[in-house]
Amino acid sequence: MPLAVVLILLVVGSILFHLLSPWTFTPLASNWGMVDFTVDVTLWVTGAVFIAVNLFMAACVIKYRHKKDTRANYEPENKKLETWLTVLTTIGVAAMLTPGLVVWGKFVDVPEEAHEVEAVGQQWHWTYRFPGEDGEFGEVRAELITMDNPFGMVPEDPNGRDDVLVYSPEVHIPIDQPVKFLLRSKDVLHDFAVAQFRVKMDLVPGMQTYLWLTPTETGRFEVLCEELCGVAHHTMRGAVIVEEQDNFEAWLAGYPTYADTLGAQPGNAAVGGGLYGVCSACHGTQGQGMQALNAPKLAGQGEWYLRRQIENYKKGLRGAHEDDTYGKQMAQMANSLVDDAAINNVIAHIQQFPDEPAPATVEGNVESGERLYRVCAYCHGADGMGIQALNAPRMAGMTDWYMARQLKNFRDGVRGSHLQDYYGMQMGFMGRILADDQAINDLVAYINTL
Amino acid sequence: MAYVSIADRDHEIEHHDPQTFITKYVWSQDHKVIAVQYSITAIFVGVVALILSAMMRLQLGFPDTFSFINPENYYQFVTMHGMIMVIYLLTALFLGGFGNYLIPLMCGSRDMVFPYLNMLSYWVYLLSVIILLASFFVPGGSTGAGWTLYPPQAIMPGTPGIDMGILLMLASLAVFIVAFTMGGLNYVTTVLQARCEGMTLMRMPLSVWGIFMATVLGLLAFPALLVSAIMMLLDKTIMTSFFIPAISSMGADPGHTGGSPILFQHLFWFFGHPEVYIVALPAFGIVSDLLSTHARKNIFGYRMMVWAIIIIGGLSFIVWAHHMYVSGMNPYFGFFFATTTLIIAVPTALKVYNWVLTLWQGNIHLRVPMLFAIGFIFTFIHGGLTGLFLGNVTIDLPLSDTYFVVAHFHMVMGVSPVLVVFGAIYHWFPKITGKMYNETLGKWHFWMTFLGTYSIYLPMHYLGFLGVPRRYFAMGNTEFMPESAQTLNSSITLSALFVAATQILFFVNVIWSLKSGKKAGPNPWGATTLEWQTPDTPPKHGNWGHDLPVVYRWAYDYSVPGYADDFIPQTVPPDKAPAGREHGGESH
Amino acid sequence: MEFILIILAVMLAVFLGWLLKSSFNVQPWVAEPVDETANQAPMNANAKVVALATLLAVVTSFFALIMSAYGLRMDYGDWVPLNEPQLLWLNTGMLFLASLVLQWTRNGTVSGQVSRLKPGLIVTGLLTFAFLAGQFAAWRMLSASGQYVWSNPANAFFYLLTVAHALHILGGMYVWARATLRVVNGAHPDSVRESVVLCTVYWHFLLIVWLVMFGLLLST
Repeated sequence: MPLAVVLILLVVGSILFHLLSPWTFTPLASNWGMVDFTVDVTLWVTGAVFIAVNLFMAACVIKYRHKKDTRANYEPENKKLETWLTVLTTIGVAAMLTPGLVVWGKFVDVPEEAHEVEAVGQQWHWTYRFPGEDGEFGEVRAELITMDNPFGMVPEDPNGRDDVLVYSPEVHIPIDQPVKFLLRSKDVLHDFAVAQFRVKMDLVPGMQTYLWLTPTETGRFEVLCEELCGVAHHTMRGAVIVEEQDNFEAWLAGYPTYADTLGAQPGNAAVGGGLYGVCSACHGTQGQGMQALNAPKLAGQGEWYLRRQIENYKKGLRGAHEDDTYGKQMAQMANSLVDDAAINNVIAHIQQFPDEPAPATVEGNVESGERLYRVCAYCHGADGMGIQALNAPRMAGMTDWYMARQLKNFRDGVRGSHLQDYYGMQMGFMGRILADDQAINDLVAYINTL
Repeated sequence: MAYVSIADRDHEIEHHDPQTFITKYVWSQDHKVIAVQYSITAIFVGVVALILSAMMRLQLGFPDTFSFINPENYYQFVTMHGMIMVIYLLTALFLGGFGNYLIPLMCGSRDMVFPYLNMLSYWVYLLSVIILLASFFVPGGSTGAGWTLYPPQAIMPGTPGIDMGILLMLASLAVFIVAFTMGGLNYVTTVLQARCEGMTLMRMPLSVWGIFMATVLGLLAFPALLVSAIMMLLDKTIMTSFFIPAISSMGADPGHTGGSPILFQHLFWFFGHPEVYIVALPAFGIVSDLLSTHARKNIFGYRMMVWAIIIIGGLSFIVWAHHMYVSGMNPYFGFFFATTTLIIAVPTALKVYNWVLTLWQGNIHLRVPMLFAIGFIFTFIHGGLTGLFLGNVTIDLPLSDTYFVVAHFHMVMGVSPVLVVFGAIYHWFPKITGKMYNETLGKWHFWMTFLGTYSIYLPMHYLGFLGVPRRYFAMGNTEFMPESAQTLNSSITLSALFVAATQILFFVNVIWSLKSGKKAGPNPWGATTLEWQTPDTPPKHGNWGHDLPVVYRWAYDYSVPGYADDFIPQTVPPDKAPAGREHGGESH
Repeated sequence: MEFILIILAVMLAVFLGWLLKSSFNVQPWVAEPVDETANQAPMNANAKVVALATLLAVVTSFFALIMSAYGLRMDYGDWVPLNEPQLLWLNTGMLFLASLVLQWTRNGTVSGQVSRLKPGLIVTGLLTFAFLAGQFAAWRMLSASGQYVWSNPANAFFYLLTVAHALHILGGMYVWARATLRVVNGAHPDSVRESVVLCTVYWHFLLIVWLVMFGLLLST
């Protein structure tokens, strides 16, 4: 008897849970309302079966539970009943399958007028490419991918010259225009998924896949990688910003074409030397850093990392948090570098400094730090020299007290919590693994031995 | 005459009747001992996998709280949990454990037809388990590629265990497949060749049908896993390019050209989908027998049940790509595979109807095995219905790779088969050990497991609707997920820890009952099938004493009108029936 | 994947069809003694033959899957067809002769001409060994000309298929060796008859697998 009651309560409870659950589909932001419709049809059909069969079972348990002197009925089979049940089930299945196949037919068939965007996945971030004015993408090859040519563009292909390269996890698209996302992976499997758009598709290295949609709402929609792609899979995030056509065009104009990147001028170290005068007050004349002034060592750090951090400071992605006392100081200073040329020049100057290992100041348990470092090594390298392809800066031989402070900042959300600081967000995920300050000291102590 | 040749071996069996502890319990060729060895090993690794899942749940429920869980070992836990549960626990337990115990006893044979091969099968299986567990302790740890082991990430930098871990994993799988093939040849041949006189195919209990068909599926499907494991080993060790295309890994070119990751997925799921039924079909069969016995009623529509098993078995080979709707394969395949997948729902639904109709007008004894059987029907209905979402290609767009998938397959091939496993163990415990289990402990075990698991997996579906991706170490601040999603995750974790802890009741019950349980009679449930008619309980080596049983009727003669008892064992001849007996077939 | 599907469909259709056939027009709930012959396996075969047939089904699935993968992989751009060494033709002949001689031996053993047994088994072994040696020589020739396993996917498949086939032959050679040793040591012919019959089936099977495989390799 308790069993029958529980079965009934579970049915009722499941229905209530379904009706009252605040956890359900996110508000739709694309044309794929038909997907939601198919889900609804399936919910109705399966819900009816769930309720009917389970309540019938509960009734059986109540009515036919063992009593003294009762006997079960003897009936080996009942062809008529079984035939009826088969027919009814087939009808139910057809009712669910039909909308499914129709909608899939629409998904497979991309409208002619859809404009194209290429989303490129790699461990563990997104980048994008637009076809440019000619509307055609240039050819790409995995073998050609280097840090100078992160998209693997084929230089000889004229179609590629005007391709717009968006080396950022964030992409903008215009509202109410069908868009076909061409999906390409550089390394392993990924999956391009935006919950509000309802559609997703895997990225497969060695081939191109696609999905299409028409965005119907403006706003920021998060892109999540939904195919396991390694230890930092859960940090592989991006965003699609849906906006009006004009805003979109203005945004796109801010990114270089492939031809632009080929013609980029290297920084001038001599000019940069003049600009560096301001920096040297804190960071030292040879970029060796000064703990007393809370300024880290710059010499030996990757130029790409220095550039990104200066830009982050300038854009307010870093040094804007109220608890980031020293970051706020640096954000002020970064504004003195007025344009990209200035940044390039000063970085070129920093690149000329001799690379002396910074003195060790943090003490901790090296063995315990070595265990912790196993996770760090995936991106920063076993030697701690950093891997640019993974946006992971060098740590070996850099200022240890500074790393300890930054790890605390990442852990506490002081750094890496700005929506657009995608790489900082990744480090935030990782920083939160470190249980306490002791763990941070152990880790930094180990990095000092690298 | 198959059974005669087995009977001729009488003297041989007596001659080989084991004398010492070692020959009796370790190097045993007795199918019952091998079954117990298989079961204990499988349950042991199952407990390991259960602990791994508890670790995962701790991280998901309470992120950034436990310093011993980091992304590296989290993904290792995920991978090993999945692989162990699917292959080393469920496949081994249903076929190596229940298959070994039940096939000869239910078919009326003295043993498997090749007892030595059968023994070898267990030891090779044990070797595969040891290789698997060894991978926890090698440099770099076990593989963290997810149980599907998709290349390229399974063997490319960025994934845990790409040095030794993945090699041991693949080696262990290959060894397991060898063990399974040795066992499987035995099960198939025994069912086809060594049934006793009168045991026609259509008189076999559904347990045997389910295990038999699952074995056939396994024999044809496991080669696909073997092929993909070999190819991946070659890609990893000598740089062939079966699966790995030209890529840029971590900013460097590893030197592969043109391989196809999709090819691996096709091979993997060509094995992987029948694998679902390798686990499900034995559960279907066993649960049918539990329901029939404890409801004192014949299984409703026996022939339909057999046909459904056969048809599901056949169809399971042409639905594999429903795991790959959004994998980037040719999208036009979606139409075909969605259709076949939803067609397979029809025979499956019929099985469910027939189980419930078996209860209708029955005489239901709610003993522990029956509780588990009814619990199974409930969870299987739930898991089966959510499968209709994922099998439908369109709904796979929002739901694939989310927690909806995790909830679905745990409900349908985690909770459901495990409920059957427990029900079956309680059901056959008196025969296997000669002791009764403790009914009260058993009931507590059922209620906590059944309600606990439902409170884990029902809410989990809704995380999937919300769009929470699976295989995420942490969600962090994701805008579209409300804070309450994390609360839900915490509550799921608490349920999971509760369920894991209550499994101790099961072990307490088994150990207590072995030591001080009541002595069991030969047929405590009043069951018709042959294993309850053995001369000894537990059955001795050779099972049947001097004479093999002869079967005169099907396995479901319960509550036949005109009989005093509400069951007639399969071995009772028809002429022993009182005069004036009406045939059941005429009663409707 | 079409290839494996067709093979599997045929195997499953035959087997499941047989199961279904034995279930139609049966009223399982009727109790009566059953004719003894009703519970025999297909074709009244004995246990070892059934086990061998099952094993062959497994091996068929294994090779059919590799060949299906071959078909899928072939369409990718980096595939450079391999020029198979002419030696393979000679090897094919050896394996064909081995099958032939074994059949001759088997017929003798079954019909009582036991004098064929010893020479037949030894010649079969020699021919099969010649096949294996020939295969080994073919691998050596290929690698000597710079065609390594990893050089190209076509090569990888060539080596994978031929090595897997050779390993299956070696497995058969184990049973052959046991039977031959018994015969050489003067055991009664009846004691090896079953082994010889099973070996014959196995040899024919691997010959067919080889012919299909060789055909596939040559045609692409």
